[in-house]
Amino acid sequence: MYKLLLCWRYLKTRWIALASIVSVTLGVATLIVVNSVMDGFTSQMQDRMHGILSDLVVETRGTNGISEPNWYIERIRARIGNSVEGVTTVVTLPAMMTFHHNGAAHTQQINLIGIDQKTYASVSDFSKYLIHPDNQSQLDFNLKQSGYAPDREALQPSGWEYRNRVEQLKKERLSQLEQYRELQEKIAVEQRKQLSNQLQDSHFGTPNLGANPESSTGSMIKIESEKKAESEPSTIEAMLAGPSIQPIPSGEGRGRMFDASKEQRTGIVLGIGIGSVRGRDLAGKVKDYFFIRPGDDVSVAFPNAGTPPRAIDEMFTVVDFYESKMSEYDATFAFVPIEALQRARGMIDPLSKVGAVTSIQIKLKKGSDLSAARDALRDEFPPTESYVQVNSWRDTQGPLLAAVQMETTILNVLLFMIIAVAGFGILATFFMIVVEKTRDIGVLKSLGAPGTGIASIFLGYGVLLGSVGSGAGVVCGLLFVWKINEIARVLEWFTGREVFDPTVYYFDSIPTIIHPFTIVWVSIGAVLIAIMASVLPSIRAARMHPVEALRYE
Amino acid sequence: MNSTTPAKMLTKPSTPAVGPYRVVRPELELDSIESEIVKSGLPESVGCQSIVVARDVTKSYRRSKTIVPVLKGVDFSAERGKITAIIGQSGSGKSTLLHLLGTLDKPDSGEIHFDGQRTDNLPARKRDAFRNTQLGMIFQFYHLLPELTLLENIIAPAMIGQSIFSYFRNRSAIIQRAKGLAEMVGLSHRLHHKPCELSGGEMQRTAIARALVTDPQLLLADEPTGNLDQESGQSILQLMRNLNRDTGLTIVMVTHDENIAQQCDALVRLKGGKLEPLK
Repeated sequence: MYKLLLCWRYLKTRWIALASIVSVTLGVATLIVVNSVMDGFTSQMQDRMHGILSDLVVETRGTNGISEPNWYIERIRARIGNSVEGVTTVVTLPAMMTFHHNGAAHTQQINLIGIDQKTYASVSDFSKYLIHPDNQSQLDFNLKQSGYAPDREALQPSGWEYRNRVEQLKKERLSQLEQYRELQEKIAVEQRKQLSNQLQDSHFGTPNLGANPESSTGSMIKIESEKKAESEPSTIEAMLAGPSIQPIPSGEGRGRMFDASKEQRTGIVLGIGIGSVRGRDLAGKVKDYFFIRPGDDVSVAFPNAGTPPRAIDEMFTVVDFYESKMSEYDATFAFVPIEALQRARGMIDPLSKVGAVTSIQIKLKKGSDLSAARDALRDEFPPTESYVQVNSWRDTQGPLLAAVQMETTILNVLLFMIIAVAGFGILATFFMIVVEKTRDIGVLKSLGAPGTGIASIFLGYGVLLGSVGSGAGVVCGLLFVWKINEIARVLEWFTGREVFDPTVYYFDSIPTIIHPFTIVWVSIGAVLIAIMASVLPSIRAARMHPVEALRYE
Repeated sequence: MNSTTPAKMLTKPSTPAVGPYRVVRPELELDSIESEIVKSGLPESVGCQSIVVARDVTKSYRRSKTIVPVLKGVDFSAERGKITAIIGQSGSGKSTLLHLLGTLDKPDSGEIHFDGQRTDNLPARKRDAFRNTQLGMIFQFYHLLPELTLLENIIAPAMIGQSIFSYFRNRSAIIQRAKGLAEMVGLSHRLHHKPCELSGGEMQRTAIARALVTDPQLLLADEPTGNLDQESGQSILQLMRNLNRDTGLTIVMVTHDENIAQQCDALVRLKGGKLEPLK
């Protein structure tokens, strides 16, 4: 009983010892904060990586693809059917996309992905990342009237609203140009009349352009300006923030006029990084700027399925953006309906009407063994038999995940070193306290307290200090994690530097995940270190000779 | 003689708090000692036998490389129910002898007997328990625990002697007894003060109360008045004499004050590592 009473009293009266455990508190708090932020980052990153990648991919390197996907799917289902939740087929190929911005055409490289919109959502979280709320539940590649991310000002207006407005502007400009041309023509006719009248009235009686340099150059200029006026519509039209009118390519539109204000072309979903840039205005506020909006038409050139491949050109209407927040994906991926791509490339077998695909994506049921399924499929499709590869999403992003894992481990080791350093602080403080309490130890021994009892006073004191320290650390750490974004803001204000740059990370706030298990082991570890640090001073106190302790001045 | 009446309360047969406290330590080997006392329990017969005996005790200290002999074959005995004083110059080994009697230290040679049982070769655990139950000690510098209040200081030996559970079972009896002792030493109004708020005399009274809380047979006092003024010292001495008279408590006291020593029942002088009886 005296042990508890004494260590409680020591805790209450020895504030210097509490100072020594501030380092424990800080270490524990730092460990909790770092772990939860790292976990938050990792899980966000995994979510993003995994969001677009299905669990398993059976893919061929050739752009012409697998011509008998159903046979493969049957074999996959036969082999690992129990753990398969969804299967979809995909055509992936590199492509060049051209869009118009401020009248100039820009071409950039993209990864064109043909997806089956009915089954694609069953293998990945793809639809979750679409901007339009309707598409998030079911993507249909149709342009929506409006409602593309209403909270993004830079994206307004878009959809049919935007398309119609652009068409309206084009029509107005065209009719203005028409009037202008008519006026020009009238003037020209008038001038010609005057000219011929002058010529008739001249002394020579016959028209001779060469004889009258002044008038001839004048008419030349007029003719030139006429020509210019004729060619002007296309330039002015191109200056509109919309695509130029181009001839409708092969397909259903052939033979009739395409009315852009009422019709759309095949839908395409662009990665948001393709169509926009994120930057800061002069005031330092983060702003998005969109070159392309839902409702714009773009043209995409890609190889057909022939050997050797030839480039073919197809028009698409942007129907939505895709924002996974993985910049690698967002800046290159563009999704189109798989049949449109197969038809355009000539991948459909004329007899069986089956389209070839470049990869088969598989989603496994929750809790199934990813690598076991992958190995089974690798065994099913050995490279000696078929030209396909089987990869899991972890294989694809393996190095990155491993790097993050390693980083977390090393950080944990380093931070535990901090707590270990704190342990030495406790050791030193405890030795001081034992020396200070020498006479009390002697008194307790003279009152009949055994050495183990004395030792347990100081051990208990160590446990109490460690618990208080790690408890305070847990509380501080959790508070820090809870208010981490506010703290980041204060730090930004204080240092003038952005702690967390949203243009780099695509995060609006710092992601955190708190694993209760982490907290438990961190606090247990800290208490253990405090106990270990108090063992030596306790033994010293227990071994103290009562007479010498009583004599100690 | 104000303190006579409360002191009488604490005589063994009339104090109910003593009973349960003694019973809760049946595991203690020292029971044998106790039962002997109980058997021969009449105060008349107690008075004529030695309670603590030292036989041919030697003790030396090592100061760096030289060995300093302090006690060179000391024979000492203290009679039950008497106050024995040990006097001598400082450094003559008075305190050392007291520590040996109190099993705080081991003699180099010779034997210490307490109530017929040898105590100097007991294992550490048993010596601890022996000190706790059979001995009370007071010191020149009081040696109260500064973190504890007066009351807590008094009950500290009782807490040390018992496990948490038995302490809580007997808590009210122990506190009752501690309060009785505090009243006896005249400090019942300062029970919740810390030692630093007390005067020297009050601290020594507290130390006496603490020494008595486990109802020991022997009180070892190491210069109990050495740090006090004449008046406080005299009142402490008076308190001890009253205790001795009313409860039959045996006291062995070390002092260098001849005046105080003369008031004791027996008197020995330590000189040159040997003991010479004076009274």
